[in-house]
Amino acid sequence: MTHPEEHAERAEQDDRVAQDDRVAHDRSAGHVVYVYAVVEAAAPLRDRLAALRGVAEARVELLSETGGDGDGSGRPGRLALVVSSVPRADFDEAALTRNFEDLAWLERVARAHHDVVGAVAARGTVLPLRMATVYEDGDRAGRALSERHETFARRLAALRAHAEYGVKLSLPPAGAVSRTAPAAPTDSAVPGGEGRPAGPGRAYLHRRRAQRQAREAVHAQAGPAAAALSEAAARHASEHVRHAPQRSPLSGPSQNVLNASYLVPDARADAFRAAVARVAERFPDLRVEVTGPWAPYSFAMPPSGPDPAAGDGPDEAGPAPAREAS
Amino acid sequence: MSEPLPGRIGSFPARAGPAPYASGEPSSLADILERVLDKGIVIAGDIRINLLDIELLTIRLRILVASVDKAKEMGIDWWEHDPSLSSRHAGSALERENRRLRAELDELRHDRITGRDTSRAVFDEDAGRTGADRHEHGEER
Repeated sequence: MTHPEEHAERAEQDDRVAQDDRVAHDRSAGHVVYVYAVVEAAAPLRDRLAALRGVAEARVELLSETGGDGDGSGRPGRLALVVSSVPRADFDEAALTRNFEDLAWLERVARAHHDVVGAVAARGTVLPLRMATVYEDGDRAGRALSERHETFARRLAALRAHAEYGVKLSLPPAGAVSRTAPAAPTDSAVPGGEGRPAGPGRAYLHRRRAQRQAREAVHAQAGPAAAALSEAAARHASEHVRHAPQRSPLSGPSQNVLNASYLVPDARADAFRAAVARVAERFPDLRVEVTGPWAPYSFAMPPSGPDPAAGDGPDEAGPAPAREAS
Repeated sequence: MSEPLPGRIGSFPARAGPAPYASGEPSSLADILERVLDKGIVIAGDIRINLLDIELLTIRLRILVASVDKAKEMGIDWWEHDPSLSSRHAGSALERENRRLRAELDELRHDRITGRDTSRAVFDEDAGRTGADRHEHGEER
């Protein structure tokens, strides 16, 4: 037997709780805006994005640029950001600093970022942003986009109908060389070695020497192979860039000596792969690996240094990669 | 969430077929991190993280992750339990190491000021900056 007043009071309380809940989930309070990429607003993306889950399992949305001339909604070349609303508690400065040191978190977020960028790249031209670019709210993100409209629009135009491919060249593990290396000297190369059964010590020394020579022969191929690969790949690419070789105790004794990315027109992708494959066939002792197609991460910034319009500080310029148009 | 993520590597655009002579494995974590951490457009967001920390981290990552995927396939996941490689399992060993490196930096700079063994002090003054570029344009509303 509750008094009507009491009932009303409780309902009011429930309302307040519900409201607090909403506030907690509101973008400006509990959430911040994580940006994956810049795209052309006209790209047919909304359906694709609706099916995606991004960083922190969040929905993925399009955020059109604000400001500029009028509402600009019909303007061709209008840009948009691909964004998610993510919990502030996981993406504010302190959390990011902590989380970046957690390899499991880093892998999860890096893969989610990569998956969203890849899904968008499948539908149109995309400028991928570096992982963990975060804004306080949609307005601020939209303004950041509008301020750089010209730079981004130019770059998007240059990247249209292109994809990035990685080419890596590695030396095989030491133990794998002697099996396949050509020109390993035989006993016949040793004076008096023919027709005589070698003693165990002598055989051991021969084997060691053969292995060493085979290894040296493979190492000697690395330079010419890298040059031939670079030349063949660049012939079919609009731009290319060299990355630092990947070195890792986990990757075993094989040693990455060339790690490059190529911006390849879609129409030439097959020719690019074929050209690289032909070079790889000439160097059977070396490991040639092609990765991709990637969204053009390595080519998102214009090739000739930082664009004067692109930034207002060293933070925005990023490291200038050694890159040339091919 | 057992539903597979659309846009996984396997469903990346069919603009070109898979490499006929590539390993056929999904993109390695090293390849992905190399791109999402090192490449892509850099625009300053509202929330910034200390670049020095990240720099130290990525140097470690370069050493560590070149083929984490392959290692995982082989059942090697020791780094997930190695306190020096995962803050998740042991507080933050990396933070401790960063502190240690900063302490060494401070010592070096101190040595330089006091004139002790200045010949090896190769660090830029800026490299010792720890908190100066940490800030957040927090406009709580």
